[in-house]
Amino acid sequence: MGGAATRDPVIVRWLLTLLALGFLGLFLVLPLAAVVVEAFAKGLDAYLRALGNDVALASIRLTLIVAAIAVPLNIAFGLAASWAIAKFDFRGKSLLVSLIELPFSVSPVISGLIYVLLFGLQGLLGPWLADHDIRIIFAVPGIVLATIFVTFPFVARELIPLMEEQGRDEEEAALTLGAGGLRTFWLVTLPNVRWGLLYGVLLCNARAMGEFGAVSVVSGHIRGLTNTMPLHVEILYNEYDFVGAFAVASLLALLAVVTLAAKTALEWWHRDELVATGH
Amino acid sequence: MTVAALPLLRRTRVAASVIPGFGPTLGFTLSYLSLIVLLPLAALLLKAAGTTFAQWGTLLSDPRVLASLRLSFGGAFVAALINAVFGLLVAWVLVRYPFPGRKLVDAIVDLPFALPTAVAGIALTALYAPNGWLGKLLTPLGIKVAFTPLGVVVAMVFIGLPFVVRTVEPVLQDVDMELEEAAASLGADRLQTFFLVILPAIGPSLLTGFSLALARAVGEYGSVIFIAGNLPGVSEIAPLLIVTKLEQYDYVGATALAAVMLAISFVLLLAVNLLQKWRRARMGG
Repeated sequence: MGGAATRDPVIVRWLLTLLALGFLGLFLVLPLAAVVVEAFAKGLDAYLRALGNDVALASIRLTLIVAAIAVPLNIAFGLAASWAIAKFDFRGKSLLVSLIELPFSVSPVISGLIYVLLFGLQGLLGPWLADHDIRIIFAVPGIVLATIFVTFPFVARELIPLMEEQGRDEEEAALTLGAGGLRTFWLVTLPNVRWGLLYGVLLCNARAMGEFGAVSVVSGHIRGLTNTMPLHVEILYNEYDFVGAFAVASLLALLAVVTLAAKTALEWWHRDELVATGH
Repeated sequence: MTVAALPLLRRTRVAASVIPGFGPTLGFTLSYLSLIVLLPLAALLLKAAGTTFAQWGTLLSDPRVLASLRLSFGGAFVAALINAVFGLLVAWVLVRYPFPGRKLVDAIVDLPFALPTAVAGIALTALYAPNGWLGKLLTPLGIKVAFTPLGVVVAMVFIGLPFVVRTVEPVLQDVDMELEEAAASLGADRLQTFFLVILPAIGPSLLTGFSLALARAVGEYGSVIFIAGNLPGVSEIAPLLIVTKLEQYDYVGATALAAVMLAISFVLLLAVNLLQKWRRARMGG
């Protein structure tokens, strides 16, 4: 770590380290601890009761269903987009990449609003949908759509730079040797990007299960029907059922911790097979 | 938008590649992108474009609307400044000072990316409410955090921190220590070296992290609404006002406010991008 000239005095190092750790403890660790303490504030029985009732279970089921639809669709999109972008040259590529990242710079509330404007009763397609008795807003399809929107870039943004970095030589070799396109994809490309793909899927899934703002706008908050876990947390909290709110929240916090642990493990063991990571 | 872009997207090197699947994968990519992202956003712009001058006048002269925009952008700006300082500090400590548990701390920095915003929101509220762990300590000092604009800033600091750390950290790792040694051997002390050698090198990444944290905080909803108290004109953020307008079936108002937010965010990001380009051009790198 450099010579003596670049080394800071011990007292400075200690002070800065303590300040940084104090800040992280205050802003990151303490909230996480608060979730656990509040969830168990009235004991284990109350905690289990809060999770075991029908409404809580329905919210857990809906969250799993929504993620089970949204995440695979975004995986398919991420694979297709990264194949097209990394393996071919075409004009407008950087525009396409920017458009793929667009959902990250849109407020969650606006992400929900756009679907209300499209499919809501007063929306562009609203009257037609109502005539055909199709419900999207205040129903599960709207929740799925809003979730797909906010998690849209996660897989693609991980795979595009990774595939670009790996180039086309291996695929071209396989194809020249007679392998078909799909076979080349399964046996050459996919194994090369598997850790990057998993990384993107982890982040995509965490956001899909935890999304609040966008889903809140399109959900209609119908208990037991259109309430995902984060929405259920809000309802319980606003009813002053703090143990209930924090009990459901503790499951989501656990998901976050598991996601972080898996993500960190990937970064430690497969750093070379991931691109520069971020959020 | 995509229809107009199609001629742009034509392949430029057809003959050179033996790789198949360009048509289907690009076709799927463009269709999915259009259906999920572009058309719905276009619907918002279309609706906003239909807003009359009188309606814009009402919206933009409404003190409640202006206060919410001021809080969302002002609060996000303050939070991003705090994150720039402490994010740089965290990145510096993580890169320069090896200490036991450093890898664990490094992993925890990403918590705000992984923790659902509603969970963060109720946890921060529990901490800073007058009877919470931190609220109990702060209330006797006359500092009220929960249910005030200060609470909004606290939530925005939480949500924005990793953006700064994660953009500054890799750049800091690449800073050439020989430059620092050279500065020291020329008689610069550590502070001078930091401000004259290190800070200029990591400046652009710090600015990027700042703007990412700012952009995220401006639109943030879940982690803010619980701790904010949502008093109209005082601690009500713009995204919440959009939701409120929607719940009152004021689609025109909700859409127009959303369009204003998108426009301001877009201009901000554009300004930061231009600033970066100008800096790079000036520094010749």
